[in-house]
Amino acid sequence: MTIAVAMKVNGKAVSGQVEARTLLVQFLRENLRLTGTHVGCDTSQCGACVVHINGKAVKSCTTLAAQADGTEVTTIEGLARDGKLHPMQEAFREHHALQCGFCTPGMVMSAIDMLRRIPRPDEATIRHELEGNICRCTGYHNIVKAIQAAAKVMGG
Amino acid sequence: MYNFNYHRAGSVDEAVALMAKASDGRFLAGGHSLLPTMKQRLAQPTDLIDIGRIAALNGVKTESNAVVVGAATPHAEVNASAKAIPALMALAAKIGDPHVRHRGTIGGSIANSDPAADYPAALVGLGATVKTNKRTIAADDFFKGLFETALSDGEMVVSVSFPKPEAAAYMKFPQPASRFALVGVFVARTSGGVRVAVTGAGPSVFRVKAMEDALKAKFTPDAIKGITVPAKGLNSDIHGSAEYRAHLVNVMARRAVAAAA
Ligand SMILES: Cc1cc2nc3c(=O)[nH]c(=O)nc-3n(C[C@H](O)[C@H](O)[C@H](O)COP(=O)(O)OP(=O)(O)OC[C@H]3O[C@@H](n4cnc5c(N)ncnc54)[C@H](O)[C@@H]3O)c2cc1C
Ligand code: FES
Ligand code: FES
Repeated sequence: MTIAVAMKVNGKAVSGQVEARTLLVQFLRENLRLTGTHVGCDTSQCGACVVHINGKAVKSCTTLAAQADGTEVTTIEGLARDGKLHPMQEAFREHHALQCGFCTPGMVMSAIDMLRRIPRPDEATIRHELEGNICRCTGYHNIVKAIQAAAKVMGG
Repeated sequence: MYNFNYHRAGSVDEAVALMAKASDGRFLAGGHSLLPTMKQRLAQPTDLIDIGRIAALNGVKTESNAVVVGAATPHAEVNASAKAIPALMALAAKIGDPHVRHRGTIGGSIANSDPAADYPAALVGLGATVKTNKRTIAADDFFKGLFETALSDGEMVVSVSFPKPEAAAYMKFPQPASRFALVGVFVARTSGGVRVAVTGAGPSVFRVKAMEDALKAKFTPDAIKGITVPAKGLNSDIHGSAEYRAHLVNVMARRAVAAAA
């Protein structure tokens, strides 16, 4: 069975005809060519695929495109404004919060969601909140620093 | 994942009717148990009936003596809204990670009846009632075994009603990679007595009567110090032996009593 899906991605209306089994991450990467959202595990563990649906962080490898029909989706590509990085992206850059960068889109999307819920998290809270995001390079240290720095800039 | 027919239901009645027409249908709530299972081809339903947007299944209602949670309410919403039962709020906050909590639902969790899931401990620990499209089922009668419940084919969980306890707490020893419960113990003191419900340790949630009796006489961690559960029949895997889990049941139970008292 194929179905029609329509949603807003990064503020733009998009639509497509997809197989029912199409995952949101496949729709984003393969149909829309938004390849910033990564697939690290495809088993719901790593968080590389995190995007926002109606403002909330979700794993797009564990969400059907059909389940996102009619929603507003934000991916890493939708964060920068007028050529200027989002404060969270800027903080990751400034604090060297990435090495290979594979986990980074998911980390940034998760970190923004974290600050939405908890504007000024302490270090322990940040580490706990990152349970759904795996990084094999950085040891998390600079990711935590970047999120703390972004929390200050974002005025929580 | 094999392909399937996708339907989005607008109401409970519509979902039940769609299910009746499907040759091998499944309800789809958050999809955070079902989709991973389908990816592994451990389930191959012909039809998925999406119940995630049925308004009547969404939300937490506080009544004078109970908290009623709609079946399609995500864990994050229970964590934010079940204020009348702090132990339930805290349990929801410990499920998986933030992203899982945005999508996973209470109805999906209990219908799935994973031996290491957290909600079964809250349902049995608080003596909750499960409302389906057909009937109400006491939590004690709902969980039947490993991935098995009292639900019949095509029966849908509509809501879960948790009576407010006098005091309650849930203590979980998480499996560090998945955060599922290696052992989780929910202890509640209610007007009707004390309930101790254990998840993660056995094939399905179970109560520990000896602890309940001892705690009824005296609600302190010391009251159950010497009360152990037999290791025989408990889960044993690379994360922990049956003996280890049996030991953890007592440790987590005492911690839960300390937190509730
Ligand atoms: C990385 C990860 C970590 C997790 N960690 C934990 C954890 O620590 N503790 C824990 O308890 N769980 C954990 N989970 C499981 C999570 O809570 C699931 O979301 C939940 O078990 C299933 O809910 P769902 O809404 O996603 O259900 P779905 O996956 O949509 O459905 C699961 C099953 O229930 C059926 N179903 C759904 N809703 C209904 C209904 N209303 N009536 C009848 N049948 C229904 C479906 O047909 C299906 O068979 C984790 C999951 C992931 C991916
Ligand atoms: S790719 Fe989605 S959680 Fe790893
Ligand atoms: S920077 Fe390489 S996985 Fe995180």
